[in-house]
Amino acid sequence: MKNKIVKRATSKLTAIKLPKWISHINSFSLFKNGNLGSDSSLALSPFKAMVQKEITDHIRNWRFIILFALISLACMGTLFATLSDGMKVLVNDTTENNFFFLNLFTKSDGTLPAYFVFVGFLGPLFGISLGFDAISSEQNRGTLSRVLAQPIPRDSILNAKFLAGIIVISVMFFALSFLVLGAGLLALGIPPTAEEFIRIMVYTVLSIVYVSFWLNLSILFSVRFRQSATSALSGIAVWLFFTIFYPLIANLIIKGYEPSKYASPKAIYFYEKLKFYLVQIMPNELFDEITSAILVPSVRSLGPLTTEQMQGAIPSSLPLGQSILLVWPQFTGLLALTLLCFLFSYLLFMKREIRSRG
Amino acid sequence: MAEKSIEINGLTKKYGQHVAVDNLTLSIDKGEIFGLLGPNGAGKSTTILMLLGLTEVDSGSVKVCGIDTTRHPLEVKRKVGYLPEDVGFYNDYTGLQNLLYVARLNNIPLEQAQKTALRTLAEVGLEEEMEKKVASYSRGMRQRLGLADVLIKNPEVIILDEPTLGLDPEGVKKFLQLIVELSRKKGITVLFSSHHLHQVQQLCDRVGIFVKGKLLAEGKISSLAEQLFSKNTFTLEGGITPMDENPNQASDSLEEVVNKMKRIKEVSLVEVDKDHFVVESKKDVSAELSRLIVNSGYGLAYLSKKKYGLDDIYHQYFQEEEKRI
Repeated sequence: MKNKIVKRATSKLTAIKLPKWISHINSFSLFKNGNLGSDSSLALSPFKAMVQKEITDHIRNWRFIILFALISLACMGTLFATLSDGMKVLVNDTTENNFFFLNLFTKSDGTLPAYFVFVGFLGPLFGISLGFDAISSEQNRGTLSRVLAQPIPRDSILNAKFLAGIIVISVMFFALSFLVLGAGLLALGIPPTAEEFIRIMVYTVLSIVYVSFWLNLSILFSVRFRQSATSALSGIAVWLFFTIFYPLIANLIIKGYEPSKYASPKAIYFYEKLKFYLVQIMPNELFDEITSAILVPSVRSLGPLTTEQMQGAIPSSLPLGQSILLVWPQFTGLLALTLLCFLFSYLLFMKREIRSRG
Repeated sequence: MAEKSIEINGLTKKYGQHVAVDNLTLSIDKGEIFGLLGPNGAGKSTTILMLLGLTEVDSGSVKVCGIDTTRHPLEVKRKVGYLPEDVGFYNDYTGLQNLLYVARLNNIPLEQAQKTALRTLAEVGLEEEMEKKVASYSRGMRQRLGLADVLIKNPEVIILDEPTLGLDPEGVKKFLQLIVELSRKKGITVLFSSHHLHQVQQLCDRVGIFVKGKLLAEGKISSLAEQLFSKNTFTLEGGITPMDENPNQASDSLEEVVNKMKRIKEVSLVEVDKDHFVVESKKDVSAELSRLIVNSGYGLAYLSKKKYGLDDIYHQYFQEEEKRI
């Protein structure tokens, strides 16, 4: 019975989602139909035109459609798994918190990974796929020199590519977050508390920042490499390095410093600190920490704590402000990495010679 | 003095050790069609890129319509239409959409842009294909769309970099006619770069010959010939036929005739290949030459004064270049 309701609820949701996405396309239909719009006699600024064109390109691109379908499917799958079988887990898990809605994002019944895992895993892929041919494809098609022969500042082409990517990603992530929220609302029958809602929004915004890092990285590669394939591969290589190889290397280093059982607390503290800081340059680790602190309010610290620090602490969940404070360094780190990529793209692109092709 | 559209002064560009453009000084008048002629890799495209601020200038200055390109590239790009060689379009969009996009990048209000786009498409003869995607366009159509793309911003200067590359002869002819027409009608300055002599000869008021980053000569095609062939301005070509019916009269052998030719005043060079000869001289010696041949008992099959075309100028230059190496 319950399953049936859930199914109906999810099917309703897809029905709601579709028109939204279509209307989104329609807002950029100026290009699509070549429709000689009648209303606007106002001068549209060139930058806006560029962003609009990029968004249109993204949305009409098969690459985007496939990835969007993939992420939506993953999201729906987890939702379904969590809601149908894990309802009891969700509701009964009252030992630490009463954040049912947050559990929707973090808990799963084991058949499929939780929503946040999917976002953490597919997000980078999404960012890379939106940016890897941003500049190189324009160069190869010979459109770059044509566009840059127009009176537009050279950086606006980079900015437009980046902004368009961010807008597309934001729309998608907010849509998915609201989808999960809505499904939860229908299934649980209680509305989310204000704090839960804000936490989810903060999480969504931060995941957009995370994906925008990957977007920027791949734009950097697309500026650097003439071949789109090379730039895509380098993006994926960096991603694989950080998800698979870097932890291995970090482990090796940490092993070397492993203190004995009888080591002084100072040595153990140093060891724990090292273990913590070594992984802090990984963007995916940063994002994992952000996710856990924002979506699991009971997480009180991300780094190692001494016994004195733990003393007298009441095992309860943190308020939102404190959780944000907790992830502020991680957030800053992610933002810094993003800006660094952007900076390097600028440096490479601004002085570059633009030949017609190749 | 005519208003200058393009002024280049001491322009130099180096790629590492290689000097692509070497101390180039050039000025082009308003409304003029100037041909930049040179072989591949001579630095024509690099010069054009520097005109538009698409690459860094190592030294020297470039002024287009009186505006310094290195300092105010945007102002220059507002006034200059540039058609790169092998221009690219967004293949998923129609010709009209591609044009409208460029119009929007130039901050032309939409309504006006549509009107201008339709008009320019008509001018280049693409009205019927404008709703088709660019992916389906032929090479010639793409070039014409490229020209429309340049014209839509109503430029004062048009720079065309090898625009006829890959067009069939008929297409080239139409394309060149279109450029001349437009330039004359609207008083647009045109800088036309090509390695094709005949096109430049047909099209341009003035020509600059560009080899290895240096401007070897510039001027009208006729004056270019004088500049280049100052030593031997006149070249006569002729054919000799031996008079077989009257063997007694053919007293001189061919060698003797050649020697006689060489003795004519002002003749500096005589080349003979069977019954065809070429005589270079400092003044017109056709009268003396024909008399000499007839008197020697030969028939004169033909005698023609050779006019110098760009072709010869071009080859002359390359011969000199090779000699120097």
